[in-house]
Amino acid sequence: MDTPALTQEKLKDLELKANRARELVIDMLLEAGSGHSAGSLGMADIFVSLFFHILNHNPKKPNLVGRDRLILSNGHICPIYYAVLAMSGYFEISELKTLRKINSRLQGHPHRTSLPGLESTSGPLGEGISQAIGIALSGKLDRKKYHTYVIASDGEQQEGNTWEAVMFAAKHKLDNLTLIIDRNNIQIDGFTENIMPLEPLKEKYLSFNWNVIEIDGNNIKEFVESVRTAIAFTKKPTVIIANTIPGKGVSFMEKDFTWHGKSPNQEEAKKALNELRTLQGRIQSENQ
Amino acid sequence: MLNKKLFLNQKLFDHDALTKPTRDGFGEALVELGNTNKDVVVLTADLSESTRTQEFQNNFPNRFFEIGVAEQNMAAIAAGLAVSGKIPFISSYAVFSPGKNWETIRTTIVYNRANVKIAGHHAGIMTGADGATHQATEDIALTRVLPGLSVFVPCDSIEAKKIILESAQIDGPVYLRFSRDKTPIITTNKTPFEVGKPQVFWETNNPKVTIFATGYMTYNALLAAKILEQKQIEILVVNVATIKPVNESEIVELAKRSGRVVSVEDHQVMGGLGGMISEILAKNSPLPIEFIGLQDTFAESGNPKDLIKKYKMDEESIIEAVYKVIER
Repeated sequence: MDTPALTQEKLKDLELKANRARELVIDMLLEAGSGHSAGSLGMADIFVSLFFHILNHNPKKPNLVGRDRLILSNGHICPIYYAVLAMSGYFEISELKTLRKINSRLQGHPHRTSLPGLESTSGPLGEGISQAIGIALSGKLDRKKYHTYVIASDGEQQEGNTWEAVMFAAKHKLDNLTLIIDRNNIQIDGFTENIMPLEPLKEKYLSFNWNVIEIDGNNIKEFVESVRTAIAFTKKPTVIIANTIPGKGVSFMEKDFTWHGKSPNQEEAKKALNELRTLQGRIQSENQ
Repeated sequence: MLNKKLFLNQKLFDHDALTKPTRDGFGEALVELGNTNKDVVVLTADLSESTRTQEFQNNFPNRFFEIGVAEQNMAAIAAGLAVSGKIPFISSYAVFSPGKNWETIRTTIVYNRANVKIAGHHAGIMTGADGATHQATEDIALTRVLPGLSVFVPCDSIEAKKIILESAQIDGPVYLRFSRDKTPIITTNKTPFEVGKPQVFWETNNPKVTIFATGYMTYNALLAAKILEQKQIEILVVNVATIKPVNESEIVELAKRSGRVVSVEDHQVMGGLGGMISEILAKNSPLPIEFIGLQDTFAESGNPKDLIKKYKMDEESIIEAVYKVIER
């Protein structure tokens, strides 16, 4: 399905939804008492754009044959995934509070068969691109029109499996596959360039015969445009290197790697929600 | 004597008895499946000839994927194909798959409930000259601990073919274990095969010992049974082709018929067939058991026959184990 360009009205709607999703992420993580804050907040704009503008999907029919597929490779940022699934109507918003608790469908890392809307099981890193390749290959075999998107972290570019997959996708010219890398420069132990340098990342993908687009991943307009370009591109898979700000929207979490795998306490959550409320007011007034 | 009800190969003990590698049965079954089921796809990691996927490739080039030397990628791509409705068979040496890519299999195939069939080749010290690096002797242990993964070890190429065809009918992940060398054909096309059912290949009236054997080692157990018959020692030889899910009560009944057990496998004695039998007996009816297999060591390069003798998996070693368990 074609992804239309954004109108000003739609852009504002998506920005407000991203803000709402961030609030839900904070609520969930506070309630859960553990989980990954920074990546979840940083990817809110992209998740909201996918679910509310780009993906051809139907929350009432999660197994629709022709639906677009979204694979989350870095399963640890599932709070944002769950938030947009609930906002889309796959399940009730109230269920978000069960994250990481016993008898919940919202596992600490996504389990495909537990929850409608999930396309893969992830958590262990480096496995999502391969799974997305299998889904895209199947689409080619059956001449199906769906597009397969896979979100991966920058840290998991350090996994060997990632590059096994990158080679394969180029060999098979999988132009029905788009990889979105959350380039937020952090991982658990610190900054990626200190832990295990990834740069020059763009050149790596170019040399592996991929189409490469680099964007500001917190700019919804840029992201939607990059996806439109990716879908139109043929004979090569596309990678969108999305430069994001980890912890985006909550000043004391932004760009701080210690928030990679941590959840906020009561006081921090209150402060975060206050900031997001201020941000919401700003979005509303700016776009008027 | 050989169980007449199972239509086993009556020429099994002849000097010129037919032999064939179990992996040949795999290759033949894949082509048959390719013809009857358009959803069957095959993936290999640079081992198409030795894992017998070439015929499928020649017949169905669009449904064959050469992944290159990348077993993790192969497993996860197969998972993606499976959740999209395909029935992928992934094929490599067992040391690499499910060895090297075990966690990928655990997460993306088994926990993910993806309908992938994992074929592990060159299993056991029978692999021979390549040495211990290429002899998978832990793969049954690695796979049988995964919840919801079915595990099969065919005793010959005919049983292998039946198991592969059956595995495509199972809606869920399956592990299939094959050996490299030619081994005697024990069964015939008429021999029935049923998932989960242990089969008595060597039947006697007053058995002193029950041997549970798996894979081509069932032949060595049958050789031992024949020699023991001449010494008036009656035993049962049970072929256990399904490691999981197995009919536990049948295992218990067969063990109780003699009251003493020997397990026989070309695998580490820990965690494989012997482990499975011990767990079932400990829970239901504790009985003395001796274990034939690799005794917590790595093997080495060599001729398969010499290795089997050196590492005490030949018929003489099985007979010793039978005597030992009788004395306990």
